[in-house]
Amino acid sequence: MRGPPPWTLMAAYTIRRVLWVIPVLWAVATITFFLMHAVPGGPFTQDKKVPPAVEAALERRYHLDQPLYKQYGLYLWDASHGDLGLSFQGDQDVTEIIRRTFFVTAQLGIMGLIVAVVLGMTLGTLSALNHNGPLDYIGVGFATIGASMPSFIVGSFLALFFAIDLGWFKLLGWGGPLQLSDVFTSSAYDWRKCVIPVIAISALPAAYIARVTRASVLEVLNQDYIRTARAKGLRETRVVTRHTIKNALIPVLTVMGPIAANLITGSFIIETMFSIPGLGRETINAIVRRDYATIMGTTLFFTLIVTMANLLVDLAYAAVDPRIRYR
Amino acid sequence: MTTQETLLGAPGAIVDPDMHFRQQRGLWSDAWRRLIKNRLAMLALLLLSVVIFVAFVGAYVGPLARYAPGDFTGIKQSGPTQHTWFGTDQLGRDLFARVLDGVRISIQIGLGAQVVIILIGFTIGAGAALGGKWSDNLLMRFTDIMYAFPDLLAIILVRSVLFGRHWPIISNPRVIVILAIGLVAWTTIARLVRGQMLSLAERDYVLAARSLGASRFRVVIQHMLPNTLGPVIVAITFGIPAAIFAEAALSFIGLTTPGSLGLLVSIGYNSIQVNVWNVVFPALAVATLMLSFTFLGDGLRDALDPRSR
Repeated sequence: MRGPPPWTLMAAYTIRRVLWVIPVLWAVATITFFLMHAVPGGPFTQDKKVPPAVEAALERRYHLDQPLYKQYGLYLWDASHGDLGLSFQGDQDVTEIIRRTFFVTAQLGIMGLIVAVVLGMTLGTLSALNHNGPLDYIGVGFATIGASMPSFIVGSFLALFFAIDLGWFKLLGWGGPLQLSDVFTSSAYDWRKCVIPVIAISALPAAYIARVTRASVLEVLNQDYIRTARAKGLRETRVVTRHTIKNALIPVLTVMGPIAANLITGSFIIETMFSIPGLGRETINAIVRRDYATIMGTTLFFTLIVTMANLLVDLAYAAVDPRIRYR
Repeated sequence: MTTQETLLGAPGAIVDPDMHFRQQRGLWSDAWRRLIKNRLAMLALLLLSVVIFVAFVGAYVGPLARYAPGDFTGIKQSGPTQHTWFGTDQLGRDLFARVLDGVRISIQIGLGAQVVIILIGFTIGAGAALGGKWSDNLLMRFTDIMYAFPDLLAIILVRSVLFGRHWPIISNPRVIVILAIGLVAWTTIARLVRGQMLSLAERDYVLAARSLGASRFRVVIQHMLPNTLGPVIVAITFGIPAAIFAEAALSFIGLTTPGSLGLLVSIGYNSIQVNVWNVVFPALAVATLMLSFTFLGDGLRDALDPRSR
């Protein structure tokens, strides 16, 4: 008996995975909504007492006077249309805030990701090819220490040595364009401000990738087809580039989901630490101000990114590795 | 004559004494032997024991207890001296005493969070594995959703819900952080326990226990639970540095637990150009704790799961 052709399985799998994003986002929006409404004290609870009339007016403005289920329904309805409401601070559109600040966070995250992948894969491959040699010890040492060093500590030490003592790089602020219209303005760029935040945010993912790469290259090197490749007289460089690295890439691909989540966590810390006007710092500020609308919006947005990253990884994984069954 | 022939030939020595010994060795003593042989894990264990002993016991007796965490020495922002080993902070408090206090808090939070994680993780994982198809689907989809939530953000949200309450135990900021981390970070354990239990339910010894008339409860508690412990212990050991990191990160970005190491790093970072030591020592303390627990976790994983080596 023959099963259905593989492409239909792949298509069904893709559709199922894409549709699964919807209940996840709904559940996260719901959990966040009720958590935020369970927080003691509202956004207008301040040291200075606001006159009751003003408070009532403010609550009406942000629909806080409505019953909870109506607020919830309204929120879901608006959110599903891409409208995340108004920030309690300065009446800005939350969607607009996210768009503006994520532009910076995305630069930080993408640069961090590139550094992490290049550094991690290089170190991991070198470690594996030099199994139990000195290079391997250096690589494993870096991977272990990097994986257990909080980014704010890496950031502090980098700032201390390279910015304060040596004066090579600058701290505070972001060295890339802050908005889309600045992309072609050369004065918006200052690479000396980017180096330390990018390295600090990529240290942990790099260590993680190095670890996975090393394990996976070692595994591939033990496979029969590598022995075959060597036996038929291929040069070692060709064995490594053509046969090893390509196959070792698959396990590395699978950790990209956790790494996306990790870069987001990193952005909270690194942006707060170096005063970078990105979405991470905006989220922390919103939490400190109890700005419900902004917190819910950014939480939803970050969840969307992590879910999308996981989705893309799973689909890429299924596409790359023919051994995967589409359950 | 070979050894085997001697043994077989000699009456009363039918069983090879060495073989017998090996059979006696169970999973745990076997794992323990492997762990002891792991030098890095033992070094980490030794380091942890010393740090924990000094932080919890040493800080109350002898020369280590020269100052309390809140005492003022009268000298601000000094480097390490004979009396204040780690120097003093911006208000003139002894940094050594404050770092020890921070280590105590980190350990409490690291371990406390694991207790919450075990309770929730086991309940959800076992509930999914043993409760039938519907509860399995429901609980695992819930776990998937919690897993999609960005960790630190979820911890921050739960923390802000628990903060500022006047409930009996939950008014303590450490308990709040422990609960916040525990309520978010249980997903790994839940998945692990479910997977283990599902595979164990198919094993012959579970079938044997059941056919001997053991109750369902007894089978789960006596036969299945102990066998899920290995991977869970490893995950818990890796969970401790993760919880320590989460708390330190929260304190660093301004959602503080009073006295925590993350707060000390953050305070030190603000005056890093005046006094480097205020960053160096608390940062080293966090790094030491996290590294030691990670090495210990690596050692435990290699010891408990020989296949992963």
